[in-house]
Amino acid sequence: MATNPFQKADSASSITRPPSGGERGTDSVFRGIAYACAGIIVLLVIAILWELGKQALPAMSEYGLGFWYGTTWDVNKEVFGVLPEIWGTLYSSLLALLLGGVFGIAIAIFLTQDFIHQKLALVFRTIVELLAAIPSVVYGLWGIYVLIPVIRPVADWLHTNLGWFPLFGTDLSGPGLAPAALVLAIMILPTVAAISVDAFRRIPYKVKEAAYGMGTTKWEAILKVMLPTASSGILAALVLGFGRALGETMALAMLIGNANQISLSLFAPANTLASLLASSFPEAGAVEVQALMYAALVLLLITFIVNVAGLAVQQYTVRKFEGKQ
Amino acid sequence: MSNDVDLTAAGDETFARPNLQRQLWEGRAIKNNVLTVLTWIIAILASVPLISVIYMLVMRGGTRLFGVDFVEVMTALPPAGFEMGGGIGPAIVGTLAMVAIATVISVPFGIMAAIYLAILGPTSKLATTSRFLAKVLTGFPSILAGVFVYAVLVVNFGYSPWAGGVALSVLMLPTVVLAAEEAIKQVPQRMKDAAFGIGCTRTQVIWKVVLPTGLPGIMTGVMLAIAGAAGESAPLLFTALFSNYFLESLSPVNNPTASLSILIYNFSGMPFENQIELAWTASLVLVLIVLVFNILARFFGQSKV
Repeated sequence: MATNPFQKADSASSITRPPSGGERGTDSVFRGIAYACAGIIVLLVIAILWELGKQALPAMSEYGLGFWYGTTWDVNKEVFGVLPEIWGTLYSSLLALLLGGVFGIAIAIFLTQDFIHQKLALVFRTIVELLAAIPSVVYGLWGIYVLIPVIRPVADWLHTNLGWFPLFGTDLSGPGLAPAALVLAIMILPTVAAISVDAFRRIPYKVKEAAYGMGTTKWEAILKVMLPTASSGILAALVLGFGRALGETMALAMLIGNANQISLSLFAPANTLASLLASSFPEAGAVEVQALMYAALVLLLITFIVNVAGLAVQQYTVRKFEGKQ
Repeated sequence: MSNDVDLTAAGDETFARPNLQRQLWEGRAIKNNVLTVLTWIIAILASVPLISVIYMLVMRGGTRLFGVDFVEVMTALPPAGFEMGGGIGPAIVGTLAMVAIATVISVPFGIMAAIYLAILGPTSKLATTSRFLAKVLTGFPSILAGVFVYAVLVVNFGYSPWAGGVALSVLMLPTVVLAAEEAIKQVPQRMKDAAFGIGCTRTQVIWKVVLPTGLPGIMTGVMLAIAGAAGESAPLLFTALFSNYFLESLSPVNNPTASLSILIYNFSGMPFENQIELAWTASLVLVLIVLVFNILARFFGQSKV
């Protein structure tokens, strides 16, 4: 057997030594716990799906697919349908996405394309991040006492002068779709802006230099080079922002008016799945709770699909630019 | 001076030189300037809501909070009906208690899961699955966390601060996991290699090198998660419910608990001026709590490695 030159050093007292049996044991236990904790997330998602599915099962077998396109929610007659809520959820979120998307992307361009000094951009970025930090109920309160009084004259003017146009078909009697969608747009703006900023940041600087070198103006470079290059990241931002809007609850429960109707008008009260849950759940009886569980499952399904789609697009973007997962 | 040649004059005679001067009234330049002005307008418009919210909070909530009523606001019970005065004491205590419960539950599990995701098995099937699911859960509607906890806990044990805390922890967990994973990944490989080189087990490397080094980043994530949870209201609606009295025990059975966000929600729709004013005061307190944790997150973020 060859002599090990490290043998002597090993036997001398030093800080390097192989782990003892006890340390090996602790190591295995610790790694086991970490493994279990990583598994908890998977278990949590399974538990949520399982529990909601189980609770909704009676309602699912009772109302079946008719629940999706039924238009009445009557506890006394035990007739439940969520089409108005699905419509309200999608309509308000789309309106919010339209507004929040334009603003969010514009702000991402403003922050990344050398419009202002780096330090000022940091200040501005903090302002946008603070928008995300304000709780949903506070936006709801602000919506009731600031936003609705501000937009009511505008809404009434639009209704009296352009009332033939379906979007302005009713007047704003207080809560309604327009204030709800506006607040929703403010709430998703930081999400859209932050993810779009990342998308722009990922573009190598030389791409912009190449465009400038060919004599483009700043905006020609942005519109023809930067935006198309960042497009998949921006798409991810929009889809994830849409996902946020779909699940937003409190501000909508306070502002949308909780009316079970389908209307194109921006000023009519409406309802969303999340605010239906928020407003009906606390006082619901046993039968209604089952129907609400079914509604929760519908909401879960819609947001799950949208979020997974958004994440898939985002992962595709990262892989495209960085060549890794 | 004599060899100073007029380049433009010479150019005109021989061949057409491109004009490199900026043409202010050319179509391209006008389009460029219009778009730049539009972007500035959008950027300024986007900060209007924040300024308006802060103005309203300070103006309508601040009079009560920063005035002579301070002690009453912080300690008294919420007023009923036509009562004047009153405070938001129980709600502040309830919010802090439930956020503390949620933190105690989600942070240990979250950091352990992050250790697995970042170091022990970053490419394993479990890691990729739970990383993906954690990202999906960050976009999970918060009210569904309430529905889930209602079905699991409230149906069996009734409303309690624990039910509320568990619902909040469901929302905090993915944030903590993803932030802690990022922070742990920032620890330089050579530091870990050095520790392995002197014969550390993986556990020792994690405890003695990775966690102390990554701590500021992990704390940033935890603080942001706490800030988010403190402002949540939808998951508390039917897990903690509401109460007009101070939290007397942490009993997990039939113990409805007040919270700032639900107080704001309940009072916002009341026809009494006193309650509406208290809703603004509660909003200001809530925003201040959220802000403190946001500032703490930034503070920890600055001392990053």
